[in-house]
Amino acid sequence: MTRTTLTGWGGTSPTVSQVEQPRHLDDLRSAIAQAGSRGVITRGLGRSYGDPAQNAGGTVLDLTGWNGILDVDTRARSVRVQAGISLDRLLRAMLPLGLWLPVVPGTRQVTVGGAIAADVHGKNHHVDGSFGHHLLSIELLVPSGDVLTLSPSGDDPELFWATVGGMGLTGIVLEATIQLKRVQTSYFLVDTERTPDLGTLLDRLVTGDAAYDYSVAWFDTSTTGSSLGRSVITRGNSARLDDLDPDLRSRALEFAAPQRGRVPVRPPISMVNRVSAKAFNALWYAKAPRHRTGEVQDITQFFHPLDVVGDWNRLYGPRGFCQYQFVVPDAEVAAFTEAVERIAASGHVSSLNVLKRFGEASPAPLSFPVPGWTLAVDLPVRPGLGALLDHLDALVVEAGGRVYLAKDSRTTPTTLRQMYPRLDEFLAVRHRVDPHGVLRSDLSRRLDL
Amino acid sequence: MINALGNPQHVLLLGGTSDIALAIARRYAGLAPGLRVTLAARPGERRDAAVTELTAAGCVVEAVDFDAVDTAAHRAIVESIEDDIDIAVVAFGLLGDPEQAWTDVDAARELAEVNYVGAVTAGVALGARIRTQGHGVIVALSSVAGERPRRSNFVYGSTKAGMDAFYTGLGEALRELGGHVLVVRPGFVHSKMTTGLEAAPLATTPEGVAEAVVEAVRDGKEQIWVPGTMRVVMSGLRHLPRTVFRRLPI
Repeated sequence: MTRTTLTGWGGTSPTVSQVEQPRHLDDLRSAIAQAGSRGVITRGLGRSYGDPAQNAGGTVLDLTGWNGILDVDTRARSVRVQAGISLDRLLRAMLPLGLWLPVVPGTRQVTVGGAIAADVHGKNHHVDGSFGHHLLSIELLVPSGDVLTLSPSGDDPELFWATVGGMGLTGIVLEATIQLKRVQTSYFLVDTERTPDLGTLLDRLVTGDAAYDYSVAWFDTSTTGSSLGRSVITRGNSARLDDLDPDLRSRALEFAAPQRGRVPVRPPISMVNRVSAKAFNALWYAKAPRHRTGEVQDITQFFHPLDVVGDWNRLYGPRGFCQYQFVVPDAEVAAFTEAVERIAASGHVSSLNVLKRFGEASPAPLSFPVPGWTLAVDLPVRPGLGALLDHLDALVVEAGGRVYLAKDSRTTPTTLRQMYPRLDEFLAVRHRVDPHGVLRSDLSRRLDL
Repeated sequence: MINALGNPQHVLLLGGTSDIALAIARRYAGLAPGLRVTLAARPGERRDAAVTELTAAGCVVEAVDFDAVDTAAHRAIVESIEDDIDIAVVAFGLLGDPEQAWTDVDAARELAEVNYVGAVTAGVALGARIRTQGHGVIVALSSVAGERPRRSNFVYGSTKAGMDAFYTGLGEALRELGGHVLVVRPGFVHSKMTTGLEAAPLATTPEGVAEAVVEAVRDGKEQIWVPGTMRVVMSGLRHLPRTVFRRLPI
């Protein structure tokens, strides 16, 4: 047990907690029983950008040691795992069996527990929904000390769905049974195309996404005027064995995900500034092919280009950065366009700008995705950023949209209540299972959850 | 909590009717809508006016009785504040009459008690809160007068020197515990404390100090001079031989 300074992946708002690495269920029970007024929260690999996995003055339970694969049923395509296992490790174990996770977010370095707590989504949301859709059951340790088996069709579906997307505030997920997909290869058949402006981009996504399981667009946040929103659309499907060259077929289920380096130290100032970000945007656009179809790409190329460089968040320097991800309903494309224009005109330049369309929402009251347009931008913290993001919040609220809690690090309780109309449903369940508010995090204090 | 952009949700002003403290609260109110402010000060018209003003600026204000001289009560007052104290501004202090201050025991004791003893008792209480909270920022309003006390107001200067040293040390002690202390060394500030005095060179305003404080808190700085040029000036003055220093018209 040590006092440790923790931040989220964005490197902002450091606070100090007692970090424990519990080994047994009894350790977890006693951590809950002995929690002082500052409470406890769990933490996995710390990939949330903001403050949901830190607990100032309280206890943080590091569950990354709970990483076992307990049971695999290849016929039923299901796996039962401990919540601290990373998606990376799980994918590596499942691929040789021809099995694949139904939802993989923008990094594999998240735990199953974290994926449930944030109800993560991937490039296939428009087809497959979010992580919570594919849970057969979970084991949840609630503050009373009981371990409950929960499922969508079980005795307490409200608690199940409040836990999905509930940011760890309903209990500690111990185990999960996940419905997997069957795949023939670990490769993807990818089509890439460039669009010259935002209008074309939005149009292409509306008309083209149905043909692909996976779809995402990167766009340039640094250009304005007629080339505002020029973009690179990448879409694909899981490759079948027949799609691969003969030499690849023999290792079709190999896990190809190299890491090429790490950022060794946090530089004293941000390496991501207006000049470097503009240059990056221009380069990224220029290097993409105008139009290319049927390219075979591996997991890292297609899914996780950022995982190639470890600790890339350090590039943002000591002040860190905010990732801002929001969604607005399909009909609110005007608000979406205005947000893009506002970002482009603001002088705050983001390099990682991911845009896609979400499909059906999950029954979870705090789940982020709803049908519509979503955009994520990474913005270095510097003066004036607060005003820009507050303005975007207002735009998003007005359009009936919301921001993603796994990314948020600065919105307010009032704004959150406007964004998540089912928040009271979540709070009712939370108060039922945790009446004394033992489960606490910096996020729960900041957003009054 | 202090969010990713450095904006607090709850600010405690100790010496809540100080012009500088109020300017800091106003500035945060502009950045963080719905800011909660606890205004710890002696009850009276000035405090009422401050509550009214901050409420009009969009803050949710609570007034708490606080007397800088009643140092024995400081711990209990700080402990009684329920919300997390994201930022505490230690802004109480007396300037006093400089000639009376070194010739009259009672006047000297009052200056020492308010500016040094009170700052220490409040600081210890705030430090305890930060240890519990695992986060928090203390903004301690020191003065350039404490860097090298001069003949003209050395009693005041000596209290600020002690206060400055205490908060600098407190910052070191709290660093590992999630706390952060910003020691602010303004030069001459046009405020009610200095009404009627002739302004010194490089004079600033409460708003100027507030702007510098908000920026420094966001950047995680541990000490600042306001205006920034004061740092260079003081660095020069600090190293002047005493025989030269005493001849300066300051």
